Amino acid sequence: MESFPFVNQLLQFLVTGLTVGAIYAMVAIGFNIIYNVTEIINLAQGEFVMLGGLLMVSTHVSLGLPLLLAFPVTVLGVTLVGILLDRLAIRPIRKPSVMTLIIATVAASIIIKGLAMIIWGKSPYDLPAFSGRTPIDIGGVIIQPQYLWVVGFLVAVAVGLTLFFNRTILGKAMGACADNPDAARLVGINVRHMVLLSFALSAAIGAVAGLTLTPIALMDYDRGAMLAIKGFGAAILGGLGSFPGAILGGLILGLIESLSAGMLDSGYKDAYALIILLAVLFIRPSGILGNLEVSRFKRF
Amino acid sequence: MVKKVAIVFLVCFAICGWTIQPALAEYKVGAIFSVTGGASFLGDPEKKTAEMVVEKINKAGGINGQQVKLIVYDDESDATKCNLLSKKLITQDKVVAVIGPSVSGLSLAVVPVFEKEQTPLISCAASYKIVHNEKTGKPYPWIFKTPQSDSLAVEAIYTQMQKMGISKIAIISVTEAFGASGREELIRLAPAYKIEIVADEKYGPKDTDMMAQLTKIKGLGPQAIINWSVGPSQVTVVRNWRDLGMEKISFFQSHGFGSRKNIELAAGAAEGVFCPLGACNIAELLPAEHAQKQVTTEYMNDYKAKYNEPLSSFGGHAWDAMSLLADALKAVGPDKAKLRAYLETKQGFVGQHGVFNFSADDHNGLTKEAFQMVVVKGKDWALAN
Repeated sequence: MESFPFVNQLLQFLVTGLTVGAIYAMVAIGFNIIYNVTEIINLAQGEFVMLGGLLMVSTHVSLGLPLLLAFPVTVLGVTLVGILLDRLAIRPIRKPSVMTLIIATVAASIIIKGLAMIIWGKSPYDLPAFSGRTPIDIGGVIIQPQYLWVVGFLVAVAVGLTLFFNRTILGKAMGACADNPDAARLVGINVRHMVLLSFALSAAIGAVAGLTLTPIALMDYDRGAMLAIKGFGAAILGGLGSFPGAILGGLILGLIESLSAGMLDSGYKDAYALIILLAVLFIRPSGILGNLEVSRFKRF
Repeated sequence: MVKKVAIVFLVCFAICGWTIQPALAEYKVGAIFSVTGGASFLGDPEKKTAEMVVEKINKAGGINGQQVKLIVYDDESDATKCNLLSKKLITQDKVVAVIGPSVSGLSLAVVPVFEKEQTPLISCAASYKIVHNEKTGKPYPWIFKTPQSDSLAVEAIYTQMQKMGISKIAIISVTEAFGASGREELIRLAPAYKIEIVADEKYGPKDTDMMAQLTKIKGLGPQAIINWSVGPSQVTVVRNWRDLGMEKISFFQSHGFGSRKNIELAAGAAEGVFCPLGACNIAELLPAEHAQKQVTTEYMNDYKAKYNEPLSSFGGHAWDAMSLLADALKAVGPDKAKLRAYLETKQGFVGQHGVFNFSADDHNGLTKEAFQMVVVKGKDWALAN
């Protein structure tokens, strides 16, 4: 039996953890975008991820569209679902309290999941990896090319969002809604449009997470809830509302899971992640990068 | 007001009368499968198969001239619903016997219901505990099951390992009833086959990646890995095993891997993976003189023709349960106690997953010979030697 030094094992755990963490981070970013503008937790966020994966399977594998075409089609398709979610479930609620809106997203997630089950059936689907399945071996550490895509997309999403929120009028307007919706309305920002945009944007990011994850872990209609929980955990850990926090939280969560599965007892890896999450919240109730002062003004 | 009440009464009577009327002499059989929810990959082919078997019986004139009415419910992979539906089948639908549920956890949850109501249940789930009362050391009187117990799959795998000279293994299992039960059996039976377990790893049913667990296993250098899970995660494990370049460590799957769909989903990574399978998965590979050759070939052709999808091993469990029940109904009629007594003494029933020989001490009726050891070769099963 060939030897497998501990350092290599450790690096392998890190690679795996960062990849899984990148997915969690993308889900967490989706949570944050909507939370910042509306103060609600969109519990259908995991469903966007699932739809991203399954729609990509339909466009890329079933319809045979090339990757470069299937990708935007899928993202646009899921974005449309996000827009519909806002128009059909969020906006019609007459006297919105945060709680009713959150419950509306729960209902929406159940409906989306049910429709996905009817459309795609119950079996899992696979997607060809974007650039082949030949693992890259760097000094004994195995990296799937798809891992690089996952991390790459996280970086792209992070850079894109930073530019959007800091450099564009639209992004700044969204930021204004997040800071104070009433004041934003006073200066002429259409808050409703911003809410719609936030749903569209987080659906698109969810779709990207889903379609990059599918070649690694397959996708089935039932996957959304679990990813939403993990992503939500990451968002809380990093500080709800903070984008750097979401990325940090996701990566930390992924690393804890991977390291504890590899070095401690794999049966309890989710428990270790939760213990760390609780410990962090105990010391810093607003999350690692969250701002307690700001969160006092929020309704949730 | 009086008029309204009268109308309501009339309507009620009309509905009651109408629903009572068609209760002619027919054999009512219940079925509970996890058609949706996490275990839908089990329940879906099971439901389709049970319906297909009943349709065939009824087309051929029914049993003893009576049509069979199959009432299928979906427990949505939820124990509470499964429990309620069991009671509904027994008390409202008044079925003579029930087949299902699909999952070990749910089957265990409804065992007390069927024991109390004294109604035969033929489960389609794997765990040995469904037909083994730990307090008495005997089977529960009213509970039977058709899938091979996981202990038989473990024995089949360990027997194959002995042939291959493997003695140092790692196990990795999913944290669900199926995985937990398989893991227990793997640990319990290992000493008898002189097999040492060096790693005992776990993962969640919706996990996206098992690289960490496999990396740890790789570091410990076992000769083989046994994975015990069902659903998409078992495909991910195989892919991770291949990615990590661990081909030198033989990979054994549980009988839960029994669908060609899994080989397809693994996208080439499943090549060389061992797996114990019931005869119905490999009907075309069986030698002509094999006892199950005829029933399995027939089932495979019927199923493919009717549903136009590849056969999964789980449908075979429902075939066995339904056919067994039909056989018992033919012999003793719709009497719960007589059905139970007949099933308990049934010998030599040739099914999809083995030749069943039931007894008072064995309500599963199978031995480890009910499994054929196969290996994935050229994207299909091949008999392992």
